[in-house]
Amino acid sequence: MTTLAFLLLIVATIFGYFLNRIAARSIWNRGERLHSLTSYHGLFSALMVLVPVLTIMLFWLALEGRILDSLTMSGLPDGVLDGQGTGGLQLILAEIKSVSRGQIFGTPEDWKIAAADRYIALTRTSNMLMLIVVAVLSVAIIAFARSRVRVDFRARQGVERIVSGLMIFCSVVAIFTTLGIIFSLTFETYRFFEKVPVWDFLFGVNWEPQIPIRADQIAAEGAFGWLPVILGTIVITVVALVVAVPVGLFSAIYLNEFAPPKVRLVIKPVLELLAGVPTVVYGFFAILVVAPAIRSFGQSIGLDVAPNTALAAGGVMGIMLIPFISSFADDALSAVPQALRDGALGLGATRGEMMTTVLFPAALPGIVGGVLLAVSRAIGETMIVVMAAGLIARMTINPLESVTTVTVQIVTLLIGDTAFDNPKTLAAFALGMMLFLVTLIINIFALRIVRKYREAYD
Amino acid sequence: MNDMRKVERDLKVNDAKITARNVDVRYGETHAIKDVSIDIPDRTVTSFIGPSGCGKSTFLRCLNRMNDTIDICRVTGKITIDGKDINERSVDPVQLRAQVGMVFQKPNPFPKSIYDNIAYGPRIHGLARSKTDMDEIVERALRRGAIWNEVKDRLHAPGTGLSGGQQQRLCIARAIATEPEVLLMDEPCSALDPIATAQVEELIDELRQDYSVVIVTHSMQQAARVSQKTAFFHLGDLVEFGETEKIFTNPSDPRTESYITGRIG
Ligand SMILES: Nc1ncnc2c1ncn2[C@@H]1O[C@H](COP(=O)(O)OP(=O)(O)OP(=O)(O)O)[C@@H](O)[C@H]1O
Ligand SMILES: [Mg+2]
Repeated sequence: MTTLAFLLLIVATIFGYFLNRIAARSIWNRGERLHSLTSYHGLFSALMVLVPVLTIMLFWLALEGRILDSLTMSGLPDGVLDGQGTGGLQLILAEIKSVSRGQIFGTPEDWKIAAADRYIALTRTSNMLMLIVVAVLSVAIIAFARSRVRVDFRARQGVERIVSGLMIFCSVVAIFTTLGIIFSLTFETYRFFEKVPVWDFLFGVNWEPQIPIRADQIAAEGAFGWLPVILGTIVITVVALVVAVPVGLFSAIYLNEFAPPKVRLVIKPVLELLAGVPTVVYGFFAILVVAPAIRSFGQSIGLDVAPNTALAAGGVMGIMLIPFISSFADDALSAVPQALRDGALGLGATRGEMMTTVLFPAALPGIVGGVLLAVSRAIGETMIVVMAAGLIARMTINPLESVTTVTVQIVTLLIGDTAFDNPKTLAAFALGMMLFLVTLIINIFALRIVRKYREAYD
Repeated sequence: MNDMRKVERDLKVNDAKITARNVDVRYGETHAIKDVSIDIPDRTVTSFIGPSGCGKSTFLRCLNRMNDTIDICRVTGKITIDGKDINERSVDPVQLRAQVGMVFQKPNPFPKSIYDNIAYGPRIHGLARSKTDMDEIVERALRRGAIWNEVKDRLHAPGTGLSGGQQQRLCIARAIATEPEVLLMDEPCSALDPIATAQVEELIDELRQDYSVVIVTHSMQQAARVSQKTAFFHLGDLVEFGETEKIFTNPSDPRTESYITGRIG
């Protein structure tokens, strides 16, 4: 039935298109000058039918279920639902529905069978109604659109208005999804702070979320100070950037200014290949190759090195970030006009001087954009650190020790035996919220800095 | 006695500052300059004229090796400045370009302040000993570039915010701030109004006291007004080179004649 309604809509759309197009064409054939091309007249009709009717159908399908459920339940004989909780009501409804599909287990009561019949009837009515609504609306709109076909009808503007409305709708979808995520984060974070004081979370230096979940479990009293966790994230991010920024920038500069075209043709795709390596492979590489290497090197010069150091995780993450920075910087540098390079070289600047005094400032916004993206990736990166960083939160900035990160903690908090009204689980939302805020603040600051120092060349 | 001195001066004037012998330039398959030989004298203004695409800019760019920066460009032949071969390995193109300044066909101010635009050359070559020194250099260059009055109140505004003609004069000022010995100007007045054009022509005339100036122009009147020597290019060939007066009144090649009378171009 629903399929039939969709088919009807498609047919109506196509029919409307050709009806108006042919009508416009016949006016054109009479030698009149139409305001809009005939295809716009057709599209006008098609969109006029498609957009509103499709919207109504989608709403219908979304709401149908709930309405049918409540109609079925309210139609049950008095008394049968007495004393049922929410769970019980759900169960009865599910049973009625399965009976209506013909899946009968045991011998259901008569009133359930009656309710199932009613449910079937209601569904049929609803589908029938939808089909009728679609048909009537389509015919009405097609007739309306057809009546608009005239020499001076501005079909093109009409089509453009509908299309721009669709575009606004799409961008609004993205915004609302983000807002929804933020809202649910905020809500859960709020619930967390009802159980754990904000102050303890923001300024506490102990992170020990191992609180008992069940009453009979033995565990320490939990402590939820996020400082050591974010400090771990910062240490690893800094290590990653120390690797990625210079390597990425210099390779971009080399590729852009000094490399012969053939070398460029080889190196650029290889660098971009790095971006395609799955992070789990990087994680692998970090625990199996880099961490042991750092450890044995440290021991050989008499240093005490943890088995899963921040240095290993951060360093490997840095390698992952190189292509982000280099490709952003490369694009930004190539976008600087040749005339500026000529100007600097023509005044007797060396390539290096031209680079630092003219190209770099002009390309700064793009370069900072790449670095920012890298920072956000580093802060939010999960797989590498889950594999290669530690689990214990420590207040340390020594990259040779093992640290944990916000993302690692979120993962460990949510894995396994969890309940959703427990501070341990809610703490994950609070951490997620903080991660989001930190990234946001970094972005805002960086944009400010760029605006202040950029040298716009257009 | 007097005659003697005049002869001496003439000799000095006619010393070739730049000589080019059998210069060929190719952009990949395009043969842009074909076997050009020319002697450009010191303390003179030489103008290059010719129809669009005939290779004037290309030849100009050979004189300070700006063509090095174009991958597909190949220059052969011998070019000397003060008797020294500029394409020799020992010659540093960076120093050469400090000595041979250039104003490009399209204005290309840096996205920096007006002050920093002018100070760019002096800074990288270490010409100023102090801040006041630099201020003086900047002011002098801007005055000579005939733009001082328009920008003196906003030296720290971005150079890219100026009008097209002002940008061109800024670029001229930027080029002379490094005190080059030779100044190459590629259509410096194409974006200027008559007043600024007159000021720039005055500047060119003044520069002639110390430098040799090469100017590419599409305006015959301008070539006639400012230059002592004129070279006419056509399809990559140097067709005729000589005293400006002679080129414009009594050209020896029929192609020159038809160009200056407006029949080819
Ligand atoms: N970067 C380049 N790559 C390839 N070909 C070029 C390049 N620059 C110039 N050419 C070619 O060389 C020839 C001469 O160009 P050039 O710019 O020297 O002409 P021009 O005399 O300065 O012209 P105009 O008066 O229009 O500025 C033209 O045929 C042009 O297509
Ligand atoms: Mg040119």
